[in-house]
Amino acid sequence: MPTKSYREAINEAIDHEMARDENVIVIGEDVSGGAGCEGPDAEDAYGGVLGVTKGLVGKYGRRRVIDTPITESAIMGTAAGAALTGLRPVAEMMFVDFLGVCFDMIYNQAAKFRYMFGGTARTPLVVRAMIGGGFRAAAQHSQTLHPMFTMVPGLKVVMPSNPYDAKGLMIQAIRDDDPVIFLEHKAMYDMTGEVPDEPYIIPFGEAAVTRDGDDVTIVAFSMMAKRAAKAADVLAKEGISVEVIDPRTTSPLDVDTILESVEKTGRLVVVDESPPRCSMAADIAALVAEHAFHDLKGPIATVTAPHTPVPFSPSLEDIYMPSVDKIITAVKKVMK
Amino acid sequence: MQLSREDMLRAYRLMRTIREFEERVFVEFENGNVPGFVHLCYGQEATAVATGMNLTDRDKLSITHRGHGHSIAKGCDINSMMQELYGKSTGLCGGKGGSMHIADLSRGMLGANGIVGGTAPLAVGAALTIKTRGEDGVSVCSMGDGASNQGLVFEALNMAVVLQLPVIFLYENNGWGEGTSHDYAVGSKDIAGRAGAFGLPHVKVDGTDFFAVHEAMREAVERGRSGGGPSVVESVNRRFGGHFVGDPMLYRTPDEREHTREFMDPVKIFRKKVLESNLLEEAQLDEIDKEAVKTIEDAADSAAAAAFPDPKELETDVYVSYY
Ligand SMILES: Cc1ncc(C[n+]2csc(CCOP(=O)(O)OP(=O)(O)O)c2C)c(N)n1
Ligand SMILES: [Mg+2]
Repeated sequence: MPTKSYREAINEAIDHEMARDENVIVIGEDVSGGAGCEGPDAEDAYGGVLGVTKGLVGKYGRRRVIDTPITESAIMGTAAGAALTGLRPVAEMMFVDFLGVCFDMIYNQAAKFRYMFGGTARTPLVVRAMIGGGFRAAAQHSQTLHPMFTMVPGLKVVMPSNPYDAKGLMIQAIRDDDPVIFLEHKAMYDMTGEVPDEPYIIPFGEAAVTRDGDDVTIVAFSMMAKRAAKAADVLAKEGISVEVIDPRTTSPLDVDTILESVEKTGRLVVVDESPPRCSMAADIAALVAEHAFHDLKGPIATVTAPHTPVPFSPSLEDIYMPSVDKIITAVKKVMK
Repeated sequence: MQLSREDMLRAYRLMRTIREFEERVFVEFENGNVPGFVHLCYGQEATAVATGMNLTDRDKLSITHRGHGHSIAKGCDINSMMQELYGKSTGLCGGKGGSMHIADLSRGMLGANGIVGGTAPLAVGAALTIKTRGEDGVSVCSMGDGASNQGLVFEALNMAVVLQLPVIFLYENNGWGEGTSHDYAVGSKDIAGRAGAFGLPHVKVDGTDFFAVHEAMREAVERGRSGGGPSVVESVNRRFGGHFVGDPMLYRTPDEREHTREFMDPVKIFRKKVLESNLLEEAQLDEIDKEAVKTIEDAADSAAAAAFPDPKELETDVYVSYY
């Protein structure tokens, strides 16, 4: 199977869908770049700030790969309005932090059309945004905000942790008739893995059990699924058998797979990069406590960022992020 | 208005210092000493300095991600700025903010901002404080051509007019927002005129000419101080470098970049002007050049020597009080 990066996998998914369906458009700031510029390579100068949509404008033209002014509310509103009326926009919002500028269009508008209009509306909208720390990008460019979207009924929330999932989940996101928040971890774009050339979908609400184990269940999202796998490798050498679950989508959430695993292991660690309050870590801990209390052999542990904004300085950001070491410590704690 | 010799020397010193600062930050970014996303303002020094020189510590200034020049011109300590860019504990924000969030509230510098357009309503708020408390300051919001298209910037303009606040919307039209040109993204191709249509006096000036920007800002600040309400100034300049350090700038032609460095360099233009008109002597300017190099050398040394924040700083400063 060919090896591709996370970036290429997402690009390929959008490419497949644009070729398949004329209604799919890409819209956002510098999704191509170079609009109105004279440089020799102005066309596609950016292809998205981190190059994810590179090459699409050459294939589909500026009519379908649309660079906008810096105007998130209008981008999001335009995408939502277009989705309601027949297009299937993939709106690139760059850093997830910038969604603060246009939250109304997401949670009061796109998310609610279906319900408010009595089931008559479809809003096939994909909102792409980058999450995550580790880039020394400070408080307004490093957040991991999936819990804020997950708690809004009407939105689906996707956070792929590897190139294979990224492609299949993106194709599903574009074909899905509901608004989807598609969160890409910026530190994973260069991560490579096996990705088939042909289109395929990964259904929403189906967790991946990325490693089988008997002693402890770790549920981890996005880049943290990778760190959890590393922790599991280390722990295996010490004789601790860890099962790793990557839910892949936080809404819908595959609760059954998590409960089944905890039924087997009796121990749970949830790892997430967002701060701890009202988070996925808290959510999953609550679900397991509610539905699998009698399977638990001891208290649940969570490994999250602290309840602080993301700091700039490397010395602080390094300890802000949940690390492999912290995950190992948490697993050992629940094993006691 | 004729500027005094001291003012002109100060202007040149500030512009040269900013230029040195930016070129050094570029180098230290490449060296790995300045982490994160860094946006340099070289090519735009005249606007920063002309603005800063019209303001005092009582006046407020809100700036953007491209804010090193404005920070220096507003009086931020250069060593503490460099330390902040290095992520050191003695930096202006204790290493928590970095280049995109430099702030010095004690000098009325209300912060660089990572959210494009985010500063416009904040600057209106600062002007509201000034007016409500009967202070004599003004509030300046510097932002880019790209920011001029943000919805909340338009809302801020209207609010400032409705409340007749002492706020100045300073647009630095440097040609691009990231890799998208002003000509494409500003539908009317006229930022000052469009902003002015909200009911504010507006002027467009050559941002490579320190004297032109200084005059425009002087008038706008005077209007604000004397109760004349908000103003718009558009300063047309050009950034020398990419959007961020590392931008390959595919959207610019090599000819244009060369032309910009040659003919749109505000420091060069200033120097030529004051020498040709015999306003200042070459030896003085050369001396300032040397001082600027030394100032930045010292700043970089101080940043290299400073310590990173202690791990316990991670969880401080989230709130004022914790109960
Ligand atoms: C709300 C928001 N949208 C997008 C960005 C990404 N971004 C950072 S700077 C920039 C371009 C800003 O252009 P302009 O206002 O002209 O300022 P300049 O960079 O030219 O100084 C963009 C799009 C952002 N930081 N915030
Ligand atoms: Mg600009």
